Amino acid sequence: MMTNPTGRLTQGQFSFLPDLTDTEIALQVAYGLRKGYAWSVEYTDDPHPRNTYWEMYGNPMFDLADPAGVLRELTGCRQAFPRHYIRLVAFDSTRGVESIAMSFIVQRPPREPGFQLSRQEVHNRTIRYTIGSYATQDPEGERYGEG
Amino acid sequence: MTHPRYAIPGSVTPPPATPAASAAAEPAGPPARTVGEVLAQSQVEAVLAELDRDLVGLAPIKARVRDIAALLVIDKLRANFGLEAQSPSLHMCFTGNPGTGKTTVARRMAQILHRLGYVRTGHLVAVTREDLVGQYIGHTAPKTNEVLRKAMGGVLFIDEAYYLYRPENERDYGQEAIELLLQVMENQRDDLVVILAGYKDRMDTFFKSNPGMSSRIAHHLEFPDYSPGELLEIADRMVAGMHYLFGPGAREAFAEYLELRLAQPNFANARSVRNALDRMRLRQASRLFADPGRELSKDDLITLTPADIRASRLFARKPGA
Ligand SMILES: Nc1ncnc2c1ncn2[C@@H]1O[C@H](COP(=O)(O)OP(=O)(O)O)[C@@H](O)[C@H]1O
Ligand SMILES: [Mg+2]
Repeated sequence: MMTNPTGRLTQGQFSFLPDLTDTEIALQVAYGLRKGYAWSVEYTDDPHPRNTYWEMYGNPMFDLADPAGVLRELTGCRQAFPRHYIRLVAFDSTRGVESIAMSFIVQRPPREPGFQLSRQEVHNRTIRYTIGSYATQDPEGERYGEG
Repeated sequence: MTHPRYAIPGSVTPPPATPAASAAAEPAGPPARTVGEVLAQSQVEAVLAELDRDLVGLAPIKARVRDIAALLVIDKLRANFGLEAQSPSLHMCFTGNPGTGKTTVARRMAQILHRLGYVRTGHLVAVTREDLVGQYIGHTAPKTNEVLRKAMGGVLFIDEAYYLYRPENERDYGQEAIELLLQVMENQRDDLVVILAGYKDRMDTFFKSNPGMSSRIAHHLEFPDYSPGELLEIADRMVAGMHYLFGPGAREAFAEYLELRLAQPNFANARSVRNALDRMRLRQASRLFADPGRELSKDDLITLTPADIRASRLFARKPGA
C-alpha cells in the first residue's frame, strides 16, 4: 500500500493542506510579524528531511511592518527558482528563544517523485533502512525537469 | 490500491473559500452613504483636527490635506456604490525650505491614509539617498529593496529626493534606485505611498530630468516659510511642550533673537527655533549649576530668563547690546 500516493513533501506547517494561496500566505506572515518574528525565504531542490539548512534567498527580514515586503521577496525567489521548493521561515529573536517559530512550504516542484526506501542487510540479519529522494539522483539544478 | 481513501491535498478537491481574507477587508457595519459616515467610521476627522490644532500657520497645506482627504472620502462612497475607479495615485511631493514642517505633515498624512484604508499600517519610514544608494556595483538594489520592504504597508518619505539623480555622473547608482522606486510606485500602489521632499527649485530640476517620476506624483504641496509671528507662536508651543516657561521679558527677548536670526544665513524655520530653545535650556542649566548652594524651586527650574536668551552670540554683535 502506498502511504503517500502523491509523493508530496510533508514538512513544516500546513504541509498536509492544499497549497496556501498568496492571501493565506500573507495572513500567516502578518501573524508572525505581529509576534515580532523575522521572516526569511529559503529554497532547495534537495527535499531530504535531514536537509535542515536550505539555501537562503537574501537575508532574514527584520523590522517589517507589513507582509507585502515578504511577499515581494517571495515573488523574486519564485522567479529565480520556478521549480524549487521554497519555504518561509519565521525566526523568533527573543533572547533565550532565538529559534525558528514558524516554517511552511510556499512553492513545490510541478512533480514530486517522492522517496525511495532502501534496505541494507548487515550482520546477524539486521536490516538498516535509509531513504533518498528520487529527485536527487539528478545533479543539483537539473532536478524537477529544469532544462 | 490506486486511490487513497482520503482526499489528496491539492488535487481534485475544490479549494476552500478563504473567509478570513475577505472578512478582514470588510468594514464593520453597513456601507457608508454620507461623508459624515465615512468620517465617523474612519475617524479621520480627529487627525485633521489635530493637524489644525498642533501645527501653527501652514494654512495652504492644511487646506490641501483636507482636499486630499475629501477626495479619498468621496472615492470611498463611490466604491460603496460599486463605482469602479482605478485606485487613486497617492504619491506626493512636499517642497519647502528646511524646518517648514514637511516631515511632520508627512507623518500626519500617513495616519490619514491609514484611517481611510489606503495604507495598511500608517507607519512612516524616512530615508535619504544614503539609505537607498549603494557604494559599489550590485549594492544598490538590495539596499533599496530593504527600505521598500520596511516601508510597505505605510509611507516612504524620501528627504532631499533630488540627490538620487546625479546628472554629472552617468554611472551613478542613484538611477538604479529611482528605477526600483518607479516600479513599486506604479505596480504596488496598494502596498506603498511615496512622499518626496526637498527644496522647490531642486525638485523642479529633478522632475524635469525624471519625467517618469514626475508623472507618478499626484499631489504637489508647497510649504511656505513661517512669518516671525508664527515662529514665535511655534516657540511658545515648544517651550510649553518641554515644560518650561518664558519668564518676564524673555518672550520679547526671544522675538528680538528671532529677528536677528532671520537675517543670518542657513535659517531653518521651526528647526532653528527648536535648536535655539535647546541652547537656551543649556544656558539656563549652566546658570543654575553655577550656584550649588542655592535651593531651587520649581519656578527656578522651569523659567527661561531674558539673560538665557541674550547670552546668544547674535546679541554680542549688535553694538550697544
Ligand atoms: N507649524 C508648526 N507648528 C509647530 N511645530 C512645527 C511646525 N512646523 C514644524 N514644526 C517643528 O519643527 C521641527 C522641524 O520640522 P520638520 O517637519 O522636521 O521640518 P522639515 O521636514 O520641513 O525640515 C519639528 O520639531 C516640528 O515639530
Ligand atoms: Mg525633514
